[in-house]
Amino acid sequence: MEVAQQEIETKPAQETVNITGSAAVLEALIAEGTDTIFGYPGGAIMPIYDALYDYNDRLNHILVRHEQGGIHAGQGYARTSGKVGVVFATSGPGATNLITGLADAQIDSTPLVCVTGQVFAHLLGTDAFQETDVINITTPVTKWNYQVTDANEIPEVMAKAFYIAKSGRPGPVLIDITKNAQIQLFDYKGYTPCNHIRSYRPKPIVRPQYIQEAADLINKAEKPFVLFGQGVLLGKAEAEFKAFVEKAGVPSAWTILGAGAIPTEHPLNVGMLGMHGNYGPNVLTNECDVLIAIGMRFDDRVTGRLDKYAKQAKVIHLDIDPAEIDKNVKSTVPVWGDCKETLPLLTALVEEKQHIEWLARFNDYTRQEVEAVIHNELNPTTDEMTMGEVLKELNALTNGDAVIVTDVGQHQMVACRYARFNQTRSNVTSGGLGTMGFALPAAIGAKYGAQDRTVVAIIGDGGFQMTCQELGTIMQSGVDVKIIILNNHFLGMVRQWQELFNQRRYSFVDIESPDFVALAAAYRIPGKSISERTDLQGALKEMLSTEGSFLLEVNVTKENNVFPMVPQGCSVSEIRLK
Amino acid sequence: MSQDIEKKEFNITIYTENQVGLLNRIAIIFTRRKINIDSLNTSPSEVDSIHRFNIVITESEEVVRKLTRQIEKQVEVLKVYYNTNEDIIWQELALYKVSTDVIAEKVSVERLLRENGARAVVIRKDYTVFETTGHREETDNLISILQPYGLIEFVRSARVAIIKNSEGFNTKLREFEQLQPGEEVMENEYLNKGQKVFTM
Ligand SMILES: Cc1ncc(C[n+]2csc(CCOP(=O)(O)OP(=O)(O)O)c2C)c(N)n1
Repeated sequence: MEVAQQEIETKPAQETVNITGSAAVLEALIAEGTDTIFGYPGGAIMPIYDALYDYNDRLNHILVRHEQGGIHAGQGYARTSGKVGVVFATSGPGATNLITGLADAQIDSTPLVCVTGQVFAHLLGTDAFQETDVINITTPVTKWNYQVTDANEIPEVMAKAFYIAKSGRPGPVLIDITKNAQIQLFDYKGYTPCNHIRSYRPKPIVRPQYIQEAADLINKAEKPFVLFGQGVLLGKAEAEFKAFVEKAGVPSAWTILGAGAIPTEHPLNVGMLGMHGNYGPNVLTNECDVLIAIGMRFDDRVTGRLDKYAKQAKVIHLDIDPAEIDKNVKSTVPVWGDCKETLPLLTALVEEKQHIEWLARFNDYTRQEVEAVIHNELNPTTDEMTMGEVLKELNALTNGDAVIVTDVGQHQMVACRYARFNQTRSNVTSGGLGTMGFALPAAIGAKYGAQDRTVVAIIGDGGFQMTCQELGTIMQSGVDVKIIILNNHFLGMVRQWQELFNQRRYSFVDIESPDFVALAAAYRIPGKSISERTDLQGALKEMLSTEGSFLLEVNVTKENNVFPMVPQGCSVSEIRLK
Repeated sequence: MSQDIEKKEFNITIYTENQVGLLNRIAIIFTRRKINIDSLNTSPSEVDSIHRFNIVITESEEVVRKLTRQIEKQVEVLKVYYNTNEDIIWQELALYKVSTDVIAEKVSVERLLRENGARAVVIRKDYTVFETTGHREETDNLISILQPYGLIEFVRSARVAIIKNSEGFNTKLREFEQLQPGEEVMENEYLNKGQKVFTM
């Protein structure tokens, strides 16, 4: 192997070298600029791991404790770095353990290339040891997948995989490689990146006529309102977005995946949309005259009842994925295209404006929400701590510069609502799938994707126990992740629903936990558990100033609810403050 | 929710790469929404390495439009059209196997063939196979005629259809192939014609 590797570097292009399929996989990763792989070995992917032994100086492999952890780490990496996450797993159980992460990445448009080992080609379809039909199982949860049975295919397939994963609307790609193809020696002609596939149109052409129509609507609007999602981040169009909203002077609200695309404190940032979003953005959705949706997909958690959603408004929808336009909300003007291209065109045509009165309406609602909800959440008068005040304290200490990775549940909604984001790519959360167990491994990946930033994972006591084995990954890799467990001794979000909608019939939401600090200690990770408000600031400071990872358990009020809330099946204007 | 949605037959025409697993990817788009496929035909097209699917479903146009966008999103799909029955010329092929003895004895074969536009494909001692092509009613008609004489076996193909109104995909494909690999995107003029012939 050593020899082959040197030959690759020294031989001029065009000439061929004889290398294995496995080496070709790794060459592809290097050519694509991959620096970190998350994975777990096994029989069917052993040749690739064997090759990796020789590439150790150029490819950093992080051994996770479970393949689900591997793929969530890949997602965290992709989300903070803006690059493609790479994950390795073996056949059978290794591959099936990726499914949750694939589904999560698919719905949240996260670019990933997963490589799975597969049994020898001659054994396919025979129920061989650790054989599963990975291609069919992963079809609904991948943007593209492909099974390689011959090493000759590898360079081209890997190039396609990266191109598909990152272009257009990004997504996860899975390449399943039979063991024979990994071992097979073949004539390698070098790596050519892919930038064209006959049948694949990554993004639609921008139509000036629609840009013009959109600009006309915006210029005539009295109460325009922007809803922005992750499309802004995926398109790396934060600057273009800011220029647009500032020139048009439009109040803008975000979906949880769009958080951070413009700073929390920006005067035109009017808050979060959706079920646990802010009061104003939800209510005023049903009052605005022009709704400008940018890189968001009108998820039902955002829209509530569709038949009562923004019926009064003309809708302008900017999206790279034509299938999203008119899928849930009918648009008046569809602006197909990459918002990095469409936004500047739109900005050029819109008039400079300030919608002072309209913006004041949002601030009015904010005042009401502060009074009814936010003030108590951030400054509780009882002895017990709230999740919100932990976030408030954290904001103060990190200055809004940290990457916040959240799991799923009440703490997620609280973190998204209250965390301050000064920088883009700061909020890593499982949006569309709502995957408990996401945060701990995703935080590991997030740190590798943004090594110079502070990464804080905020996790519930329930979700932490779904993937807490990844503490082992932290221990072994030495990655620096700050972990905050907000322990309410309940599966809080489910308990909230049971309280509000099932007459407090608390069915299996009472969850016992281990001694989290002792558990961390078993993995040689320092930690602390606190229950008193007076300890909060000190403990957070200790956590942030500790070199390397730290686990902080904060015992919070057991039965607190996240408000406001748009109950399921209700219209956004029926949002409840309590 | 009171939405009057009129369901009718739609023909979805899909041009794809010839790729293992693609049928599954396409089928999933229907099964996910619990939509039954009434008829599905897939075969190589006139262009080398390009396959053509013809899928018939009964749905509202709204749903069909969304489905076609999801299908067209698949990496290996080149192009999707949807059409109502009025927009297309379509045929199904049917084969009928009957006992040669019975048929020779009891039926005026000549009349049968003439009146139903059928032809005999195989005549053996033990059985004869007739073939007709046409719309469902036409091929159904011959079943009811032959049934009393002991129809041994019957089979009907999926629908094949050709779009009346389109200039055809052949030229389009040539354009596709001429496009050089490059950064900038091409195609997509159809997004404007969303209502009529849909494609991306
Ligand atoms: C894998 C998975 N299983 C179940 C759920 C359903 N679920 C959503 S929130 C929640 C409770 C989460 O509890 P915890 O992690 O303690 O966080 P909290 O809500 O208390 O902040 C559950 C069970 C889910 N989202 N993901």
